Amino acid sequence: MAVSATAMNEEPRVVLSARGLSKSFGAFRAVNRVDLDIHHARVHALIGPNGAGKTTVFNLLTKFLQPTEGTITLLGTDITKTPADKVARMGLVRSFQISAVFPHLSVLDNVRIALQRPNGLSTQFWLPTSALNRLNARADELIEAVGLKRERDALAADLSYGRKRVLEIATTLALDPQVLLLDEPMAGMGQEDIGTVSSIIRDVAKTRAVLMVEHNLSVVANICHQVTVLQRGEILAEGDYATVSQDERVRLAYMGAEEA
Amino acid sequence: MTHGTSATARTERSASASKTYAAFLIIGLVLLIVAPAFFYPIFIMKLLCFALFACAFNLLLGYTGLLSFGHATFFGGAAYFTAHVVKEWGFSPELGILVGVVGAALLGLVMGYVAIRRQGIYFAMITLALSQMFFFFCLQAKFTHGEDGIQSVPRGHLFGFIDLNSSTNMYYFVLAVFLIGMVIIWRFINSPFGMILKSIRENEQRAISLGYSVARYKLGAFVMSAALAGLAGGTKALVFQFATLTDVAWQMSGEVILMTLLGGIGTLIGPIFGAGLVVTLQNYLATSQFPVTIVTGIVFMVCVLVFRRGLIGEFYASRLGRKLGFEHRR
Ligand SMILES: Nc1ncnc2c1ncn2[C@@H]1O[C@H](COP(=O)(O)OP(=O)(O)O)[C@@H](O)[C@H]1O
Ligand SMILES: [Mg+2]
Repeated sequence: MAVSATAMNEEPRVVLSARGLSKSFGAFRAVNRVDLDIHHARVHALIGPNGAGKTTVFNLLTKFLQPTEGTITLLGTDITKTPADKVARMGLVRSFQISAVFPHLSVLDNVRIALQRPNGLSTQFWLPTSALNRLNARADELIEAVGLKRERDALAADLSYGRKRVLEIATTLALDPQVLLLDEPMAGMGQEDIGTVSSIIRDVAKTRAVLMVEHNLSVVANICHQVTVLQRGEILAEGDYATVSQDERVRLAYMGAEEA
Repeated sequence: MTHGTSATARTERSASASKTYAAFLIIGLVLLIVAPAFFYPIFIMKLLCFALFACAFNLLLGYTGLLSFGHATFFGGAAYFTAHVVKEWGFSPELGILVGVVGAALLGLVMGYVAIRRQGIYFAMITLALSQMFFFFCLQAKFTHGEDGIQSVPRGHLFGFIDLNSSTNMYYFVLAVFLIGMVIIWRFINSPFGMILKSIRENEQRAISLGYSVARYKLGAFVMSAALAGLAGGTKALVFQFATLTDVAWQMSGEVILMTLLGGIGTLIGPIFGAGLVVTLQNYLATSQFPVTIVTGIVFMVCVLVFRRGLIGEFYASRLGRKLGFEHRR
């Protein structure tokens, strides 16, 4: 519907893909043989009831967890055995379901931490912190883009839950990643922030790939080109929102989840 | 709005804190400069060496969150290296201390490399095990002279012309070393590197997801901490003119933990006071019939129960401390 037409017409390029991705915790199989293709310039939604394994899939793709089986390819490189920090440096950056900020640092410092490494300012132990001031212009741009200007000098810990999520998005964007994985980015946000973040994601996805877990189905309908439904660790359905939302099994899974 | 005001209040408070800091700094410096007129210089020199050692240790525990149980290796190892090159090879005192620092940094690199990926108690156990290995090495090696240690190390002439056999000259040399060490620590904490360390301590998972290889930053802090502990140890060897097994034994690793906890983890100057307290107690008790270890143990327990943040940490968190503009981090 609101999905940009030009993006749909471009030849979609796969930037991140998983084949036969599985993860067992002891005898429990949290993710079972999942195949995923994430495309450049697309927003891809991963939905499904609580406990379906969405966060675990994120942990596997970003290598915060080692898959039990399967392979992951990022921008043509096999990253199945690559450590998490290296994966991030290769251009796959995630956010966390539980908001992840540096609580006792200011909003500005939070964003600057993200900017330090790509700008080669993270190992100098002999320079004063004022050397980081040259990151301020870019940091302020990002802070303004997500609407945190007024809170720039506040401690991250003092922000409301929704604003922390917004800050986390700003720090993620600071890395200018090729692929963004956002785990429930709008959970706990007010309507105003949902609007802001939706348009940011749509904007960002013009030149990058986004995979997001989202429970707010109107957001999914509005900004996602592709939807994958996960249930008990397996893919239940896949396609655009219209197709998936008509799927009888998906409706059942969602109703079932709501009843429980 | 509320965020705006709290941010302004914070800036104002930190401005008043830096004024208070400056005032305390000047008072402290003046006291240290005139101290030899009132105390035995050798006592204050010992205190300064241990204070620097504790601050170096705190760089790791307080600012990186790693509890090392092997820091005696760097302190005592550097003492041996410095004593050896000064006595046997005729190195000048400044070069001798430099050898101690570099040696300690290399030991730190090895120990850190092995231990850094372990968490919590495993990290402490591995550092302890490695430092015990180093202890036995020092017991067996030829150049350390076993139980005797390296005795009568000459203090020599600083830069070839300042005679360190004069205890006044030696005192100001040690004070200069101490201040240089403190400045290095202060700079290290308040640097781009220090910001990354802070972020790792605040949220390690997030730091990884931003692409930081956490282990390397921790290793960097470990090596820096070891080098500064070596600076303290090498200097101590020249002060007392000997290096012995005491300084590489596990008790020394325990003592520096004690000093740091007593003074206040994660405060820049807390460990100085912790070291002051422990060294003073030891000196005082050495002449009485009280067993030193029991008394320090009791003091430690009382402090842990009553001043959980350490002496300086409690002061920062107290009403007076907050009025003066300090803020305690945890
Ligand atoms: N580290 C873990 N150890 C054991 N079980 C886990 C772990 N992480 C997730 N799980 C289990 O895997 C299942 C999927 O969890 P998760 O991926 O968080 O679901 P979702 O994000 O879709 O709500 C849940 O049953 C959860 O209890
Ligand atoms: Mg989840």
